[in-house]
Amino acid sequence: ITSIYDIMQRARAAFLTGRTKSLKFRTMQLKALQRMIREKEQEISDALKLDIGRVKESDEVARLALEELPKWTAPHAVEKTLLTVMDQVYIRSEPLGVVLIIGAWNYPVALILQPLIGAIAAGNAAVIKPSEVSAHTATLLELLLPLYLDRELYPVVNGGVPETQELLKQRFDHIFYTGNCTVGRLVMEAASRYLTPITLELGGKSPCYIDKNCDIHVACRRITWGKFVNCGQTCIAPDYVLCESSIQHQVVEEIRLTLQEFYGEDPKLSPDYGRMINKRHFHRVMALMEGTTVAVGGESDEESRYIAPTVLVNVAPHSRVMQEEIFGPVLPLVCVQSLDEAIDFINQREKPLALYIFSEKQKVINRMIRETSSGGVTVNDVLLHFTIESLPFGGVGQSGMGSYHGKHSFDQFSHRRGCLVKSLTMEGMNNVQTTLIINKIKFQKHSFRFLWFLTEQKQASITGL
Amino acid sequence: MEKQAVEKARVAFRSGRSRPLEFRANQLKELKRFLNEKEQEIAAALKKDLNKKNAYVANTIRGREIQLALENLEQWAAPRPAEKTLLTISDEVYIQPEPLGVILIIGAWNYPVALVVQPLIGAIASGNAAVIKPSEVSVHTAKLLEEFLTQYLDKDLYPVVNGGVPETQELLKQRFDHIFYTGNCAVGKLVMEAASHNLTPVTLELGGKSPCYIDKDCDLRIACRRIAWGKFINCGQTCIAPDYILCDQSLQGQIVEELKMALKEFYGEDPKKSIDYGRIINQNAMKPSVILVTPTVLTNVSPQDKLMQEEIFGPILPMLSVGSVDEAIQFINQREKPLALYVFSHNKKLIKRVIAETSSGGVTANDVLVHFSVNALPFGGVGNSGMGSYHGKHSFDRLSHLRACLVKSLSMESMNAVRYPPYSQKKLNWARFFILKRVRMGWLSKLFVLAIMTALAAVVLQVTIA
Repeated sequence: ITSIYDIMQRARAAFLTGRTKSLKFRTMQLKALQRMIREKEQEISDALKLDIGRVKESDEVARLALEELPKWTAPHAVEKTLLTVMDQVYIRSEPLGVVLIIGAWNYPVALILQPLIGAIAAGNAAVIKPSEVSAHTATLLELLLPLYLDRELYPVVNGGVPETQELLKQRFDHIFYTGNCTVGRLVMEAASRYLTPITLELGGKSPCYIDKNCDIHVACRRITWGKFVNCGQTCIAPDYVLCESSIQHQVVEEIRLTLQEFYGEDPKLSPDYGRMINKRHFHRVMALMEGTTVAVGGESDEESRYIAPTVLVNVAPHSRVMQEEIFGPVLPLVCVQSLDEAIDFINQREKPLALYIFSEKQKVINRMIRETSSGGVTVNDVLLHFTIESLPFGGVGQSGMGSYHGKHSFDQFSHRRGCLVKSLTMEGMNNVQTTLIINKIKFQKHSFRFLWFLTEQKQASITGL
Repeated sequence: MEKQAVEKARVAFRSGRSRPLEFRANQLKELKRFLNEKEQEIAAALKKDLNKKNAYVANTIRGREIQLALENLEQWAAPRPAEKTLLTISDEVYIQPEPLGVILIIGAWNYPVALVVQPLIGAIASGNAAVIKPSEVSVHTAKLLEEFLTQYLDKDLYPVVNGGVPETQELLKQRFDHIFYTGNCAVGKLVMEAASHNLTPVTLELGGKSPCYIDKDCDLRIACRRIAWGKFINCGQTCIAPDYILCDQSLQGQIVEELKMALKEFYGEDPKKSIDYGRIINQNAMKPSVILVTPTVLTNVSPQDKLMQEEIFGPILPMLSVGSVDEAIQFINQREKPLALYVFSHNKKLIKRVIAETSSGGVTANDVLVHFSVNALPFGGVGNSGMGSYHGKHSFDRLSHLRACLVKSLSMESMNAVRYPPYSQKKLNWARFFILKRVRMGWLSKLFVLAIMTALAAVVLQVTIA
């Protein structure tokens, strides 16, 4: 059994051979990942079902990265100053080295693969630490990844708290962590010892505001879907609803009807309804319901870790359920008298990972977005900003730092190095007086079209990595 | 006192007044006015702190950054449209830049005005409040900033807090939305550790030993003039100064001669008497003072020498011999990633190779320092030389939250049928198709697609009923 230190050293030595630099190599690894998802679909599905009661997660992975890799890795020419008009001025994206990816248990495959794709595309080595809570997936990843990917560059390290602590003592060039705030702080503290940059994808209580003048039927269908998928164990699930008391009853009824449509009379019997990941979280969520009024659901079964889809009404801001991220199938409705009150309510709390607004009035939507902050926003639906690869996905404040998805993953795992290549001529230009005079003149593209044309020709000669 | 300043800044930020573009532009103009009107006072303070000739160069660069921000503010702060998927074709998909809140800016003593003003420009432009902590080592500039900045800028939003280690520690206990630190690694680690308690993101502009490789195929006279300028300006106390030289043994003699000539031309026979030659800030004294160290070049330095163990940050230039560019690359890679890397050669291929096989914050080939002045280039370190970057638009983005926004409508609910339980394999296939299909489309094509979508919606309904 190799120690964590040895695994690290091997990954670093493998990185230093330089083999991750070529596009060909990175493409090969990404294609291998794609193959793994396709060929091992059943095994992954089975593991997910055992861990979290669900069957499908990510599917077509890495397509964007494979298509865009040549563009992403090419040096990116930037605007010059007049003094550098004859020079090559560009930003070069470079790998950082050996990164650490710590996964979470709620989407145990996706939350490893998505950052991993970014790390590989950017030319890094990566040590992968799946969450031990989703045990079957963790074991499966440890088995499968070495069959498809370079074994030295992308080792999987499994284990609990002691192994994670041991990993955090090593020196990495970037740490990517998905999970909760408490551990997030510890990860950042550990990273500070080596000045290691980090990405923290955390959570929070994502508010969901329903304007009384919107199509409540549609709003509730969408909210129900997003809340109860994966049994509420989604970092961007709508955590709680804010609405005026006049529509509360209607909201409850619409959710009730939708739940019936999605999961039938008894969600316990529906193959599409998930379970709490373990007993600890089961008890945690059950305890949150203490002192609240249940309007829908409320049933539970400890043996199978089942909690029925539950809606709470007239929830008080100081109640237990409003003090922490629920991460379960319990939806509190908190009454507010106006949009102003809703905005204040949100701003008095930590910045959430997601914000949801249901309204057909542009003014309401604009105000809500402008006067609050959150990692991301979806208006008139839930979760979906997560699926758009061109949008950076990440938190702000207590909900996290850094972002990823699509090219943002590539950038997050790269060093963007500013490069200026001059020639050893025109030494007269370096006389300070000349420099200052020239700096005072603004560089206007249209005035210097010919010079610009010349430099475009020069830019074309910047090739390769 | 520190706590009060931070709380006031937070209340001021919450009032929302730093957000309107007119306000930000106004504050930037006031900052510019400060730099122009107080040019004499700034120059006097810098002279007392570092024997700098004048602040003209610094002011010009700062003035340019402010100008850039003023010209581009509207564009930088506007929503940035992002590429849509097939499913979001009729929706608004954009990234909205937002202020973070209250930024802490910790300045350094080597360029005491610039290293406060440049991040401050970014903080103001992005709509934040900022608590400014100048370095206590550059005493006169610290006092000047405290006295004058608040006369020009909003007192509550941009307070200046002066003090030594205890005051800085007290500041670091407060909660900020971003901490921007310029300085050394040791303190950088402490800043990041303090930031971790509140999950505060940080930008650390640190340092390191910036290597300077001189190739045989090179105009040594020009190379040495440029290196001498960049090394000895501010008496070597520049975070991106060429720290040491790597070159072939055979070149050492000539390089020394060329450096000597350049130094004579810049500072005369006796640099002590030159008004352009700086002074070293002596931090170790009870009261910071300045001492004179004449420009020094050392040859045949060995990698084990004390000089090669830490960033020199002074007017001493060691030269180490390497047998080849391979050896130079190896030497550089055995050490921590530096803030800057310099290569001198006529051979563009060689330059490309050195860049490709090493890493550093930034690079200038055939000159030194100047990548710093191109504000389209992100300026920052990597590894031990720092994290995050700034200058120009990069400052704005660094001190903003780039918020992902998706605005849909409550219509076309039938399109969503594929994603709702109860699930069948058919449904999942359709869902996959819609979610993953990326689209790069013009306006007209959108109409075409919408027509197709309506037809598809009918098909989808059939599928779900089936």
